[in-house]
Amino acid sequence: MARFLLLRTLSLAASLLAASLVIFAAIEVVPGDPASYMLGMNAAPDTVAALRDQLGLNEPLGWRYLHWLAGLLQGDFGISYTYKTPVSGLIAERLALSAPLAGLALILSTALALPAGLIAAARRGKGADLAVTGLAQIGIAVPNFWFAMMLVALFALRWQLLPAGGFPGWAHPAAALRALILPAIALALPQAAILARILRSALIEAMAQDYIRTARAKGLSRRAALTRHALRNALIPVLTVLGMQFSFLLAGAIIIENVFYLPGLGRLIFQAITQRDLIVVESAVMLLVVAVIVVSFVTDLAYALVDPRLRRPA
Amino acid sequence: MSLLAIERLGVSIGTTVVLHEVSLRLEAGEILGLVGESGSGKSMTALAVMGLLPEGTQATGSVRLAGREITTLAERELCRLRGAGVGMIFQEPMTALNPLMTIGDQVAETLIVHRGLARSEARRIARDRLDRVGLPAPRFPLTLFPHELSGGQRQRVAIALAIALRPQLLIADEPTTALDVTTQAEVLDLLRELAHEEGMALLLITHDLAVTAQMAARVAVMQDGRIVEEGPTEALFRAPARPYTRALLAAARLAPLSDEYLDQGKATGAFSCQEDPKPDAGALLRVEDARRSYRLPRPALFAPAPARHAVDGVSFALHPGESLGLVGESGCGKSTLTRAILGLDPLSGGRITLAGAPVSPRMPPAQRAAVQVVFQDPYGSFDPRQTVARLIAEPFHLTGRPPDAEARIDAALSDVGLSPADRDRYIHEFSGGQRQRLAIARALIIRPRLIVLDEAVSALDVRVRAQVLALLARLQAAHGLSYLFISHDLSVVRAVTTRCLVMQAGKIVEEGPTADLFTAPRHPYTRRLLAATPRLPETWSTLDPPPASGA
Amino acid sequence: MRPALLIGAGLSGLAVAAAALSLVWTPWDPAAMAIGARLQPPSATHWMGTDHFGRDILSMLMAGARTSLAVALAAVAIGAGIGTPLGLAAAASRGSLLDATLARLNDLIFAFPALVTAILITATLGPSALNATLAIGLFNIPVFARTARGAALSLWTLDYIRAARVAGKGRARISAEHVLPNIASLLIVQATIQASLGILAEAGLSYVGLGAQPPTASWGRMLAEAQTMVALAPHVALFPGLAIVLTVLGLNLLGDGLRDALDPRLRGRLT
Repeated sequence: MARFLLLRTLSLAASLLAASLVIFAAIEVVPGDPASYMLGMNAAPDTVAALRDQLGLNEPLGWRYLHWLAGLLQGDFGISYTYKTPVSGLIAERLALSAPLAGLALILSTALALPAGLIAAARRGKGADLAVTGLAQIGIAVPNFWFAMMLVALFALRWQLLPAGGFPGWAHPAAALRALILPAIALALPQAAILARILRSALIEAMAQDYIRTARAKGLSRRAALTRHALRNALIPVLTVLGMQFSFLLAGAIIIENVFYLPGLGRLIFQAITQRDLIVVESAVMLLVVAVIVVSFVTDLAYALVDPRLRRPA
Repeated sequence: MSLLAIERLGVSIGTTVVLHEVSLRLEAGEILGLVGESGSGKSMTALAVMGLLPEGTQATGSVRLAGREITTLAERELCRLRGAGVGMIFQEPMTALNPLMTIGDQVAETLIVHRGLARSEARRIARDRLDRVGLPAPRFPLTLFPHELSGGQRQRVAIALAIALRPQLLIADEPTTALDVTTQAEVLDLLRELAHEEGMALLLITHDLAVTAQMAARVAVMQDGRIVEEGPTEALFRAPARPYTRALLAAARLAPLSDEYLDQGKATGAFSCQEDPKPDAGALLRVEDARRSYRLPRPALFAPAPARHAVDGVSFALHPGESLGLVGESGCGKSTLTRAILGLDPLSGGRITLAGAPVSPRMPPAQRAAVQVVFQDPYGSFDPRQTVARLIAEPFHLTGRPPDAEARIDAALSDVGLSPADRDRYIHEFSGGQRQRLAIARALIIRPRLIVLDEAVSALDVRVRAQVLALLARLQAAHGLSYLFISHDLSVVRAVTTRCLVMQAGKIVEEGPTADLFTAPRHPYTRRLLAATPRLPETWSTLDPPPASGA
Repeated sequence: MRPALLIGAGLSGLAVAAAALSLVWTPWDPAAMAIGARLQPPSATHWMGTDHFGRDILSMLMAGARTSLAVALAAVAIGAGIGTPLGLAAAASRGSLLDATLARLNDLIFAFPALVTAILITATLGPSALNATLAIGLFNIPVFARTARGAALSLWTLDYIRAARVAGKGRARISAEHVLPNIASLLIVQATIQASLGILAEAGLSYVGLGAQPPTASWGRMLAEAQTMVALAPHVALFPGLAIVLTVLGLNLLGDGLRDALDPRLRGRLT
């Protein structure tokens, strides 16, 4: 187990380093000089040059990379070109919306998908199964932003039950939560469809294994074999998808945030890209990538908890 | 009253009838062997007794266990019966246990499900049962997971959970087919002992007549979903009434190569004279101190990585025209050695020469053409998307396609007993035995000097196996081929080779003329292998005409 | 017959037919504005109504199908064209430096949130249908590489591959002659799934203004323009959304149906 942990941690560090290099390099090739963007079209060339100097854009490339990396490690993400405030503060402010939204969506999608997948597998070929697989098929095909628009049209505009968009901030917790309900549903439903499908097929595959026959031969009913033996074995692919979904929900909210005019991380990145606020883009994308990599690390640890073959290789 | 009484049991899937009026009786404490070739309906009969027939099957007739009709039982009642009144073990121990659950919990589960015992009490009994099947406490704690056990040990766990509640009937469906011979002997001993000591009836399903002869007092022979013959094992095997049973027995009792055959072979120069081994004179294949080791994961982070010596200093020579056997159990290194001889994998030490030139993964095509191979799995040996003509012409890649390629494809097909008309068919249209014939045709087509037969008949039913072995012998005499015959099955090796090597843990432990090796083995391992190999008793001869029975 | 396959083929065929037909005929000119006929509900003259510029929605949908399918299919071609050979090569040289490097690269690409990166790419190169295709195609590469590698690896353990090696064939030749034909069905299934994801991604990018630019018709942009009018004229948002759902559904069902039809366990009976 110690060896497994150490290897995974080393590979985690390597992935993070590689990702930081890729992001830094990608930002370098983005056309457009941030200094000219900040000062506008009509700025004098020497003012621009002075600003470039001040922003550290004239330093050698390698030096700037190391500087950026050292800053990241200390939580210093630099100063936004457009907002003129520390990037860390900007990101933290946006995360206060995006992280709860992603969490809410994840809980919702899991709470929907797990029972649906289990019922479908347990009643394979019956009405409940057909209903779940049919709904899941449609759920996967629905673009979440269109689904969001339809939710707004019905729940916000026609029935006036929930706000159509905007975010009042956590100072008003009840209103803030209400503002997140429709976005969370819009995000969660397609993900729930994917998760339910994966769980169903993993369960069905597990039910075809020899050890299920053994379990049935010792007197377990089909349902007991499903919940006691197949479910745990089916969790492994489900964990993989859950891990991927968390990061997708964090970043994939970008379009949903557009529909609901939510000031989240996705919109921050989107606006920063169009305004060439590269330092914000760099740090925010890095943060998302860190989230993905850390989540996949946690998923690996979860595998080891589920599967003794990883924990105690023979 | 019989413990188990099956009467006129019929099972069909859609319009296909898989069991046809099967009737069987099994008394308490009795061992009944149910034998037959693959697809004869043995397993389906067992599943019907368990009430575990696959969905979509319809059953007719009656199955009574201790007087209780089970074909009409509700699923809930069947669950109560399974595991308590009747236990079952299956063929594949590697996959029969839940990989995520400890062996203790898996045995205890039987007790918890049926008796509603507390976990601690169930685990106490589980401990006792595991002790009983030969997995004693200190070495095999309840907390082990299946992947930490060998195949034989896993089969013992499967037995422990099947007998946890001391059922009156245990069904064992090919319980030792996936195991090595020495492990097979141990597991069979255990089953016999359990039946004897616990008064448990055993329905032993197997394709292996020798295993049946050793284990069962009574035997039933199945063919195409019917019981064709049934009776006390010895009497039935001595005097089978049905031609099918006689054919099975004849095929199972592989005769060693006959003296006339050997003499004839020597006279025509087809075999070298193995009584006069001159190791250096004109060997076709020479293996000298071959070694191949794999690095294992480090036990601790900075400890040196230990190595596993799969092949550990093997030397031997194979002479032109010779048929050399190589036997050993799984993991002995014979597969690794085979891959090196075929020039697929490199050696880490020593050398192999074929017809005087060194063998390596980079050897030139012309040299590679001196050796061809027939693999074990008739289903995985052919690309499903190519026609037979293209498949068996594949080795022409080594020699360049000769002008008479088409004629040679036809000739190769005829040679192995198939028709040239088969050339445009696809592989899924052929049976397992036909596929092995095609594999032989593919190996023959460029007239290699050596054919490596890597468990080439192990996956075949006995009658087909006998036919393919006869074909191999005929082809060897006709074309002056040399065979390297690799197998785990001693009886097969005995039937087709003149000289034999025994491999254990990467080393050749014994070498000599096959006849001597089987009659006077010198190495203890060879003796153990021979003792463990089930054999039809020599005295139960079926080669004599069946006694005329008036009744 | 398999209903999934039939429905899938029908819906996908409908989208392809609409796109093809739009090349030669649409009920109205999809770009022609008619201020007098703004936001009309569905009627005999405009089957799906008109948008806020009075453009015929059916005609725009037909032209938009062209964009969606072109982007999705070209992105699949990029992914399959580059990913498959990489996956085959990795499987053929299992455990080699190449295999390890490709595995690392794959992990790295998967670590980047696809949508954010696609936005970054299109924002960098400028918004256009072509750049959207490149961005989506990039993320298809590791998917095909992984699918091809996984499927090929299981084939490499089979005896017929070993027989081909005994027949002196090199790894590249075996990959082309024996491996690729036998994993083709799996790749086709993957292609339909990636095409459906590509249509969703293209719609998303167009919706935020980073996909096809006017005057090229696009489902995603139609939805973006419809958003402010969703209460006033729901049909403007309804039809493009349904077009996306049905096309994606069709491709997914087609993929599922093909997977069942091409299942190797059933192949013996089919060929």
